[in-house]
Amino acid sequence: MAAKIRYNDVKAGDAIPTVTIDNVSRPDFVRYAGASGDFVPLHYDQTFVEAAGIPTVFAQGMWTAGCLSRCLTDFAGAGQVRRFKVRFARQVWPGDTLTCRGKVTGKSEKNGEKLVEGELEVVNQKGEAAVKGSFAVAAA
Amino acid sequence: MPIDKSIVGKTGKPFTMPIEWSKVREFARAIRDPNPVYFNPELAKQECGGVPVPPTFLQVAAFWMGEDSMPTANFDLRRILHGEQEFEFLKPIFVGDVLTGTSRIADVYEKEGGRGGKMTFMVTEIEYKNQKGEVVAYARGTLVETGQAVGG
Repeated sequence: MAAKIRYNDVKAGDAIPTVTIDNVSRPDFVRYAGASGDFVPLHYDQTFVEAAGIPTVFAQGMWTAGCLSRCLTDFAGAGQVRRFKVRFARQVWPGDTLTCRGKVTGKSEKNGEKLVEGELEVVNQKGEAAVKGSFAVAAA
Repeated sequence: MPIDKSIVGKTGKPFTMPIEWSKVREFARAIRDPNPVYFNPELAKQECGGVPVPPTFLQVAAFWMGEDSMPTANFDLRRILHGEQEFEFLKPIFVGDVLTGTSRIADVYEKEGGRGGKMTFMVTEIEYKNQKGEVVAYARGTLVETGQAVGG
């Protein structure tokens, strides 16, 4: 597996690559429903959500988490993620623009592997956090 | 309904999760990830040793395993939120692997919430082994049953 980062080159406070998700739209939720099998109607069925008193459909939390995970694979390489944890804080709505970002908070060695650890978040265009997370990735 | 701690430790029937390229690339496209390793198996083999899976890909198992694979609490589905999700990876997972997942209820607890009233939390852990019997990953999800309907 090809690690993209070198343990000695990374330090606490370093930003990891940012991923911007422009113009979140209903087709994103439909495509994710098909890809993941998550057909909870809150995410694509307008009639259903209106009947539940919710103004419109909103993103599957795991769709947003998936968008965020790209920061890690862009940073460390696909297959290098060792831990990825997310907490869902707020819904993501059609029309939102999301910024997925994170920073390194520490380093450690576990089972002979060099790990870089950090925190993550997805914020919307108002700066509100939709997802908070943490990670560990393997470095060379 | 009072919290039922006796379900902690309950496991579901093991389920099979084949890692298929078509689903992996469809998933990558759905999360808007253009990384060529998901779309070009030759390149992926050179760079990673095989086509890897996006970090959250194992989540798709939740919607394919049968009901008997999913030990559940008596939660009201209209009041359920997905609170947290964690993935821990111990070994590589590639397209072509056939994983076996076993789901276990790891914890159940209650907390006083804000708007939603009393909330019940259930933590489910799925252990994934590959075709060689190696544990490759754990997926831990926290479901929350809120005091009232979700959304808005």
